Amino acid sequence: MSNGLCVLVPVTEVATVEDEFEIEGTAIADQYLGADLNEWDDYAVEEAVQLQEAGLADEVVTVTIGPEDCEQTIRQALAKGADRAIRVWDDALEGVDLLDVGAKTELLKAVVEAEEPDLVLSGVQSGDDSFGATGVSLASAVDFQWGAVVNGLEHDLEDGVASVRRELEGGVEELTDIDLPAVLTIQTGINEPRYASLRGIRQAQRKDLDVQTLADLGVDASAVEGDLELSEMYEPETESDVTVWEGGADDTAGQLAELLREKGVAQ
Amino acid sequence: MTDVLAVADHRRGELRDVSYELVTAGRELADVTGGNLHLAIISGPVDDFAEKANREGVDAIHTVSHGEEFNHDVYTQAITQLYDAIAPQYVLAPNSVNGLDYAPAVADELDLPIVTDAVGLEADGQTLIANREMYGGKVETTVEVDAESALVTIRSAEWPTAEGTGDAEIEAFDVEIDEDAIGSSVTGFEEVGGGDVDISEADVLVSIGRGIEEEENLDIIRELADALDATLSSSRPIVDNGWLPKNRQVGQSGKVVTPDVYIAIGISGAVQHVAGMKGSDTIVAINTDPNAPIMDIADYAIHDDLFDVVPALTEQFQ
Ligand SMILES: Cc1cc2nc3c(=O)[nH]c(=O)nc-3n(C[C@H](O)[C@H](O)[C@H](O)COP(=O)(O)OP(=O)(O)OC[C@H]3O[C@@H](n4cnc5c(N)ncnc54)[C@H](O)[C@@H]3O)c2cc1C
Ligand SMILES: Nc1ncnc2c1ncn2[C@@H]1O[C@H](COP(=O)(O)O)[C@@H](O)[C@H]1O
Repeated sequence: MSNGLCVLVPVTEVATVEDEFEIEGTAIADQYLGADLNEWDDYAVEEAVQLQEAGLADEVVTVTIGPEDCEQTIRQALAKGADRAIRVWDDALEGVDLLDVGAKTELLKAVVEAEEPDLVLSGVQSGDDSFGATGVSLASAVDFQWGAVVNGLEHDLEDGVASVRRELEGGVEELTDIDLPAVLTIQTGINEPRYASLRGIRQAQRKDLDVQTLADLGVDASAVEGDLELSEMYEPETESDVTVWEGGADDTAGQLAELLREKGVAQ
Repeated sequence: MTDVLAVADHRRGELRDVSYELVTAGRELADVTGGNLHLAIISGPVDDFAEKANREGVDAIHTVSHGEEFNHDVYTQAITQLYDAIAPQYVLAPNSVNGLDYAPAVADELDLPIVTDAVGLEADGQTLIANREMYGGKVETTVEVDAESALVTIRSAEWPTAEGTGDAEIEAFDVEIDEDAIGSSVTGFEEVGGGDVDISEADVLVSIGRGIEEEENLDIIRELADALDATLSSSRPIVDNGWLPKNRQVGQSGKVVTPDVYIAIGISGAVQHVAGMKGSDTIVAINTDPNAPIMDIADYAIHDDLFDVVPALTEQFQ
């Protein structure tokens, strides 16, 4: 079958932070950081793989802007069923401490132009920088249609139209028809992301992971310089006057029980 | 280029509160840049909205009467044309679900840097300095925007709402909407999360988050809720996993609750969760992480493992 869709999934590796951490300059000190596949992108990969399993998509390709360290995270997406991966990196990106939406858009745009997907499934947001903007920005840059915060996609895509649900505030969902090609930013809960099987993990090792530099993509270094500079990072000031109960679980539970009784709970 | 253009937010016939907060944020910026504050009102009953939004601090209101409901192509076209006509230094939009459906596209079209979800803004006429959170609210950052002009989306409930009656001139802005470029259409709306329980009616909520780890473990939370005669609610991941129905979800995309007592167990306190429960009378947090953002709004806290504290608490009521 060759008339199925090509689906591109921009996948980002997010930095996770331990409970106790220290800030050094404008970053969290390395020893407190871990890495994970972005939660929202996990759902986007799953949605793409399900489209393929339903016979609607021919190929699922992931694209990640990130250094070599990300490859483990990329293999995770491959193990869940993506066919191949592209990783974009360049010395020019090494010194950038906050890759802004404009810069990400330039890089992803070059990949979209090379791959010519029919559908791009990004996440709503990256869990660490949380711009929540890259998908829609990319759509505009490549002249695709789009839908932000999609928590339902009908798997028929007939006549080149995607029928989606956009999750608005307060439990209201908007039903929208969107012309393809399109970028949809995928919200958690749209599906149930699978765990990679052992077989999937083995196969992932053999799948193509193609590394592209700015020159390979024909993107000028000036395009990724960005206009945002991270100038400070600090722990948020709190106006909180929280009472913290100390002691073992029996003690603290006892104190809470006392409070609840005072408030008339369970009486 | 010293003016500020803010874009009002509305949905299904109602102007949303963030519109008045945008007026406050926009006025503050315009005072520094020395320009005027313009407010754009696009689609829906624009004249009615314009009258409501005409509060102290607004200098001009531009209405674009085109369609009843939000459409991102209409917004993008209207705002880019307004930008060309007004030449503002800064454009402010809401960091709402619809805001995030057009603001990045407007920034791309106009080649402006975009800062999203700002919780604070400062300007000195040249540089724009925005405060925003990272890592789910664990740290706050200062971001400097080194460009002549920029687009910023602001988090709701961070700026006070503008009050008073303004004397802005209200004018219908003459846009040319290219209908052929509109590639999406709304076919309807649905309310989700109805059903047997209404958590917004509860006096006491026992609310569980991702700290519970496994579906089977929910039993200890159910037992606690029963012992307290309380109602069970949760953060989003629990509903996403299908462990509880949608009508139990507290937060921006779930329900807004205001119980007498809200017990947040294994919930970090992400902004979208807090939006749904910060109005609770007394907030208790049980969380192993003393730095979790939920601690900022909690009245009482236990920094300990829920698997130890919850059974001990249940026992107190049996
Ligand atoms: C557009 C949009 C809308 C959203 N709407 C909502 C919404 O309506 N409602 C909502 O809740 N979220 C919403 N979210 C998601 C939100 O951003 C967070 O991802 C979510 O609230 C996190 O849920 P959590 O606190 O349960 O999980 P986490 O953030 O993973 O926190 C788990 C917490 O449990 C603690 N913990 C772990 N183990 C234990 C233990 N043994 N004992 C005690 N504590 C423990 C950890 O320290 C941590 O603080 C939305 C996001 C977006 C982008
Ligand atoms: N470094 C990256 N590489 C690939 N895709 C990314 C990257 N950063 C963000 N994205 C995509 O854009 C979405 C939104 O990210 P953001 O706008 O940074 O919150 C993510 O869910 C990814 O799909």
